[in-house]
Amino acid sequence: MFKGTERKPFHDDKDLVQVTNHGSLRYPHRLNFYDRPPLYDVTVEEFETCALDRLRILAEIESSAARNRTWEELKTVTNAQCSNYLPLHATSARTVERDSERRKDHLGHFVLRLAFCRSEDLRRRFIKAETTLFKIRYDADDNAEREMFLSSRDFDWMPVDSAEKSKYRKELLGSYQGARNESVREQAFEAEKYYKVKWTRVPDLVEKRKVFLKAGWAYVPAKEQSSIVFQEFEVHLAKALELTARSLPRLDEDTRLVPILDNLSQGFLAGVPSQWAGSGEAINSDDIKAEMVDDLAKKHFPICMRSMHDNLRRDHHLKHLGRLHYGLFLKVLGLSIEEAVVFWRKSFDRLTDDKFNKEYKYNIRHSYGLEGKRANYAAKSCQQLLTSSDHGCPYRYYSPENLQTALLSAYSSRGLTSADLSEIMSTVKATHYHVACTRVFEITHSSFGIKKGAGTGDDESVTHPNQYAAKSMELYKVQQNSAEAMVVE
Amino acid sequence: MANAVPVDTSPEVMLAFYRRLYPFKSIFNWLNHEHAPTRLFTHREFAFTLQGDVYLRYNSFNNADELKKQVCQLNPTRFEIGPVYSARPKDKKTARPGMFNPLKRELVFDIDMTDYDPVRTCCSGADICRRCWAFISAAVQVLHTSIREQFGYENLLWVYSGRRGIHLWISDEEAMGLTDDQRKALVNWMTVIHGGSESSKRLNVRLNGRHLPPSLQTAVEHLATIFSELVLSDQDVFASQEGYEALLEQIPDSEVVSKLRTKWNADPSRSSEDKWLDLKSQAKKYEKGSAQRATLTAAMEDIILHYTYPRIDAEVSKHRNHLLKAPFCVHPKTGRVCVPVDPQRMDEFDPESVPTVGQLLKELDTASKPGGAEGGVHHSDWERTSLKPYVDMLDKHSLRLMEQVRLEKRGKDVSW
Repeated sequence: MFKGTERKPFHDDKDLVQVTNHGSLRYPHRLNFYDRPPLYDVTVEEFETCALDRLRILAEIESSAARNRTWEELKTVTNAQCSNYLPLHATSARTVERDSERRKDHLGHFVLRLAFCRSEDLRRRFIKAETTLFKIRYDADDNAEREMFLSSRDFDWMPVDSAEKSKYRKELLGSYQGARNESVREQAFEAEKYYKVKWTRVPDLVEKRKVFLKAGWAYVPAKEQSSIVFQEFEVHLAKALELTARSLPRLDEDTRLVPILDNLSQGFLAGVPSQWAGSGEAINSDDIKAEMVDDLAKKHFPICMRSMHDNLRRDHHLKHLGRLHYGLFLKVLGLSIEEAVVFWRKSFDRLTDDKFNKEYKYNIRHSYGLEGKRANYAAKSCQQLLTSSDHGCPYRYYSPENLQTALLSAYSSRGLTSADLSEIMSTVKATHYHVACTRVFEITHSSFGIKKGAGTGDDESVTHPNQYAAKSMELYKVQQNSAEAMVVE
Repeated sequence: MANAVPVDTSPEVMLAFYRRLYPFKSIFNWLNHEHAPTRLFTHREFAFTLQGDVYLRYNSFNNADELKKQVCQLNPTRFEIGPVYSARPKDKKTARPGMFNPLKRELVFDIDMTDYDPVRTCCSGADICRRCWAFISAAVQVLHTSIREQFGYENLLWVYSGRRGIHLWISDEEAMGLTDDQRKALVNWMTVIHGGSESSKRLNVRLNGRHLPPSLQTAVEHLATIFSELVLSDQDVFASQEGYEALLEQIPDSEVVSKLRTKWNADPSRSSEDKWLDLKSQAKKYEKGSAQRATLTAAMEDIILHYTYPRIDAEVSKHRNHLLKAPFCVHPKTGRVCVPVDPQRMDEFDPESVPTVGQLLKELDTASKPGGAEGGVHHSDWERTSLKPYVDMLDKHSLRLMEQVRLEKRGKDVSW
């Protein structure tokens, strides 16, 4: 990605060497403004995994916003995701490989920059998610370490000396927010240090009248300093992304990277395909019989598969792509090849045996890896369905009216009312399709104790039809078991 | 007054106005900041409203003459000025997608009399008189000082909108480059009264729910006098039952409210000034320094703000790509020219004495009769009409702006 001539040994960097008081860390600070690109060799695999892990976190942040989580909830969820995929320890955690963690953070950020600089919309969303991540980390950072990080970078703020502070004492005190008790507030104010920046750098504070303004300068108390930092981070990243976008056309030298980047930039569309992608194994220990599918579809399927099933029952037929998507879904759900053949044979009841065996059986066996190149095909994820206009994600491809009708007819028996639709439709309108799907899951499973915002349990959003169905069946089973247990007692 | 004379803004009149009177060169200088055309002019969007409400967007011109030529050809009822884009607006269709974005734009404000309908008694809707113009005048004074002192901008041009409002154009370098987010922040800093149907609800501007932020504290002190002159004595807003009920609604102390209501219901003829004094004396009944007194004093400050603080049309200011009517256009309903206004002499400004297009053309006829034979090309004919002081005002404004830009440029050139 970077030309050999531009590459220089990493340790040449003066700025990075100068801070040596924490042993010999290459990355002296936990927080990173990502001023310098990673100028070292990385394997393609590392390139991709770093980015994917970071993308999981950003996608979670984004869907949190769409699901209207509070800042505290967002922090908990994000920190949980971070500790799984992208742990980042404080400098004081000496036992941990801090450098490799920080390297991963650094690398992932820059790979995603490449993936998300391509359009205005992607840039905007990326900046928002990255800034939120930075805020969460900044919040959690150790005070002393944060202080050190701030002093490592020139934020171009002017300290207000005590003469100036007393000159504007009345105004500064008047705009100082603090304890309700007047004398406590005044005491805190006396101890507060002020910085002066151009007001354009702290629009959020200006908007809320939290600062004192004089001739274009904003007097920012030290406790609101973070606003300057966040704004700087945002502006800095926005500029960098535009620069990257302009030089991206020159990245044609490496054909290995472009498909990865293409794939990554779709990540925001559907969240990241989680563990469901690629797992071809059946996730249910109980075998599913062909005749059970009708019942399962009613109870547990997401709308994409549910409407496929309904179409199959109505038309006694399904087109190729539909058969492929639905067939693979059923396979992963736990339908064995024998049962699958039975299921499709019964479904296509208007065909002769001969025609079925000739034209359809092969494809069914093929999708189970028994014909042709004998590959074990994975079921299609939300991301794939979202980009497949034929038999794709109903949230994306149905017209609003059709979608509402479909949702109501499929789920009204499971607790979805037309009152819920407006919320779902507005999420759909904002193109957060997986969020809409997750919401439907929450509503239709509220009787199992799934609350709003809980996702499919464990705060996960729907990223795969099989995840949806499996979670739903799991909940059902837990309830059945506890009901049985009660009966036994 | 000119009420008797029917307003003539027919296409013929407008064409004569554009040909002979409209100060294109002055507008060019003001938008361009320099003598030679810059992107500030060439990449600027002009939008025309033609006869029959046809709307033409994304026009751009290389210089003032081109603009004049096109205006005379299309003969619009009015035209609007938009932002400076990253490419020439007329090339919009050929620009690569994503490469056509608004970059710069004067920071603009729009204050409209209709937002004052709940608090004025003399007129309503589209009507305006000298008396209610005092609300606009108060708003201008507050906004003018705030912008200059708090944000440090200097190049402010106030323009009468032709009927019942006023526009402010700020051309400082920094103001031109503000992003939409920054504009939004600035507008929210300035906004106290949120428009719409909720405009009667209590203000919520206090920090910690107690004292006013310093910027508003200064404004209240200034507005208190205006409040007593304008709202209490001139407009007599609390005279009607509707008026004083609205006042009572804003008092948080229910005991005081019921006392006052009984008193005022019994004697509806009490003037607004008396009623305000009643409220004051109620507040004074509480001990100095007590919580109830503080609440009432705060409520009274809020009421002053509510009735006199600038009511800004926030949407106009928030986005760079908002279009705003160009100065010196003619308001199609009133025929009045949108002339610049001197904020220092706001009190003297009378919207009904602003020249109309018909009047100006008449002046031109009488003025050109003696010379008779001239004919031919008309340049700067406005010099011979009552439009002159207004054009001079804009020219003076642009000259100062151009001088600033020139000095700044020279400073930059030397620095290397």
